[in-house]
Amino acid sequence: MHPVVRWFHQLGSPPYFERFAARWAPIAYIAGLLVMAYGLYGALFVVPADYQQGDSFRILYIHVPSAWMSMAAFALMALYAAIALIWRIKLCEILAMACAPVGAAFTLITLATGSIWGKPMWGTWWDWDPRLTTELILLFLYLGVIGLYNAIDDRRNASRAAGLLAIVGVALLPVIHYSVTWWNSLHQGQTIRLFGQSHMDPSMLPPLWAMVIGTHLWFVGSLLARARADNLRRESGKDWVAKLAEPRA
Amino acid sequence: MIWSAAKALMIRDLRLLWRRRGDALQPALFALLVVVLFALALGGEAQALAKVAAAVLWLAVLLAGLLALDTLFRGDADDGSLEQWLLAPVPLSWLVLVRTFMHWATTALPLLVATPFLAELLHLPHDQLPVLLASLALGTPLLSLLGAVVAALTVGMRRSGILIALLALPLYVPILVFGAGSVAAAAQGLDPVGALLLLGAGLVLALVLAPLAAAAAIRIALD
Repeated sequence: MHPVVRWFHQLGSPPYFERFAARWAPIAYIAGLLVMAYGLYGALFVVPADYQQGDSFRILYIHVPSAWMSMAAFALMALYAAIALIWRIKLCEILAMACAPVGAAFTLITLATGSIWGKPMWGTWWDWDPRLTTELILLFLYLGVIGLYNAIDDRRNASRAAGLLAIVGVALLPVIHYSVTWWNSLHQGQTIRLFGQSHMDPSMLPPLWAMVIGTHLWFVGSLLARARADNLRRESGKDWVAKLAEPRA
Repeated sequence: MIWSAAKALMIRDLRLLWRRRGDALQPALFALLVVVLFALALGGEAQALAKVAAAVLWLAVLLAGLLALDTLFRGDADDGSLEQWLLAPVPLSWLVLVRTFMHWATTALPLLVATPFLAELLHLPHDQLPVLLASLALGTPLLSLLGAVVAALTVGMRRSGILIALLALPLYVPILVFGAGSVAAAAQGLDPVGALLLLGAGLVLALVLAPLAAAAAIRIALD
């Protein structure tokens, strides 16, 4: 068997995942913190103020990466849920459900920072604008997934039912992404592009990319830590978990 | 085979409905009460009511449908017929589609018939009524189909209660936006066809995908 394929199969085993997550979650957290610290320093002290918005535009260095993360986390949750439903891989159920609270937190950060920025810039905390509304629905969907997961007693059935809801909800993601293009919106259009020219001064971009990478690393760390806890809880009857809990001689 | 199964299911549902014909009026009665409550809360002034009439009617229909959602599979789950659906030689998604259609025909269709009367209570301008009826005719089946997925997800629970609302309402938001939006566009003299076409497109998509998703959810719930 090819080593990569074998590694992938091994990762599906709960004891192997426990060791993997225990090693990599702290590394992802620390790397994420360092990259985000660099990004925040650049965003607050290095980047020049915007010619129209002054210093208040700097909140976008938190707003934009967490908005991207909120959508990426939902897509990843649906992907894990689909894998879990099709191939019945227990670990993917755990990972899918571990995505939900983290994604919901990033959605909440997105809405809060957008709201704080909107008060001085738009003169209002909230507007029923397509982008804002769809992001709010995304939060409700996350809460729905979490609520459904907690409402069903059997853990495996619960994660599969909640995963199905996540797959249905994935239809919302393109609507959020294109909401500023399809409708006349108070929220600004697409400014930053992964490929090609962004409508932003190049000097403002490096801290943003650092924040994007940092939030992704933080998400990975949080995902692994949550999945590890859930994994241990579900496997709590097994010998290998009991052995982990024993004090080391 | 699939047609005879559909016929049997329809006849059974209609017979059950006829045996308890008092229940069949409840969604319409609920919508009427919502309309009355809104009218009284807004002060009963014709001018003020006409402005919000379309939105209130859409909300009344949506909420009535939401309350009826739990009955979609609940009875069959309780008496075990849902398990027979799994064993039946016809696709589960087909039975789900037939049941959803019957549920729509018995809960939403009476509301559609009652809408002109309710609209009169709220002084809806008469030129908006055709648009409202068209948007409801396209929107309510869509609500029922999305609701079927949610009802199927919660069918395994003893009491779904408020959870079913928390799961269904976010999915209902786009339908409400385009449904009420089409009437609002017509009220401003704009063309409502765009929003109606979007509702129609959503309905076609949901007709194909929602029964599959609901069937998958039933399989999970009864696993």
